[in-house]
Amino acid sequence: MLQSLYELVDKYHLVAAFAVIGFTMYLAYWISERFTRGKLHGSAIAIILGLALAYVGGKVTGGSDGLADITLLSGLGLMGGGMLRDLAIIATAYGVRFEEVREAGMRGVMALFAGVVVSFIAGSLVAVGFGYTDPVAITTIGAGTVTYIVGPVTGATLGASSEVVALSIAAGLVKSILTMIATPMAARFIGLDNPRSAMIFGGMIGTTSGVAAGLAATDARLVPYGAMTATFYTGLGILLAPTVLFLAVRGLA
Amino acid sequence: MVIYGVALLAGCMMIGLVIGDLLGQLLGINANLGGVGIAMLLLIFVTGYLKTRGKLPDATVSGIKFWNAMYIPIVVAMAASQNVAAAFGGGLVALLGGALAVVLGLAMVPVFAGRRSSSRVAMGADESCPESLTTHVAGR
Repeated sequence: MLQSLYELVDKYHLVAAFAVIGFTMYLAYWISERFTRGKLHGSAIAIILGLALAYVGGKVTGGSDGLADITLLSGLGLMGGGMLRDLAIIATAYGVRFEEVREAGMRGVMALFAGVVVSFIAGSLVAVGFGYTDPVAITTIGAGTVTYIVGPVTGATLGASSEVVALSIAAGLVKSILTMIATPMAARFIGLDNPRSAMIFGGMIGTTSGVAAGLAATDARLVPYGAMTATFYTGLGILLAPTVLFLAVRGLA
Repeated sequence: MVIYGVALLAGCMMIGLVIGDLLGQLLGINANLGGVGIAMLLLIFVTGYLKTRGKLPDATVSGIKFWNAMYIPIVVAMAASQNVAAAFGGGLVALLGGALAVVLGLAMVPVFAGRRSSSRVAMGADESCPESLTTHVAGR
């Protein structure tokens, strides 16, 4: 009886995930209204709940996909995976006025380059501070703080050790997760309340999942603007990190 | 029909991804360069074009709006499937590097954004342009 129930949920994993996420959203919005009087967005609470559960899931299963590693909840991996996430991000662009995008376009592009470089410098400085002297290791860790995809790609190109690559992925994950949590809190102080600053934010931070969730928790209307610039960030990082930025590190080290 | 909207969205996504992929190959990087962003621009242009011609019926729009409204739940599912344990088990270098990148990145936003008052007005104008916004607000 229990076994067949188990198999059923596993078989219909995506549908089960819809139900689980629906319940989580309900709970989050209830908490938001009941305990914060709507001051902390329901979506922010839902994302933090999701992250907390992902931590538990990762600890329990030892896997790499958070709560989605629990067999009964494997549908979360499909629902929150790259394919549906990108489809939904693109759908948010419906109703956006192009003039708005064009006006902030130039600053967004500038922010993109600055964002990649600033993140890279942050990671490289910390690596140097912890005693790394090998330019390949410093570059790989710096690339990891750009995004957790740029890190391993750069590491593979430059031939970094697997330990350094793992570290770079962890740094990128920390950035992504902290962005989800910190963005709604920092939004008021950095003027993140209009399309222009959202596009700049997307360019400065860049990590797609972090930007997507951070803006969702702040003001969902800003999502298309931030996502639009952020989507170029990882590609730009992969372009710059193993080449120009690596040469710069090797020149300085 | 609703499927027209979903297909339009999917078509924009696939074309955008193909272009992003080609851009990546052109630059010799093994990654998709901005495919999602290109798809977003495509969707803005194509729906804008169809709307001015009166060829975007409500049923079609609802196929796009559904996925628009599913955005936050999908992001919550994404948060729940992040490798949080690895992020916080990655040691001090990873923690500090990631944190410093976020702090500096956030701090630089106002530097690039410049004046704030004028752009607030723009957002006000945006609110009178409904569609995608209404679903977001309703979903809140």
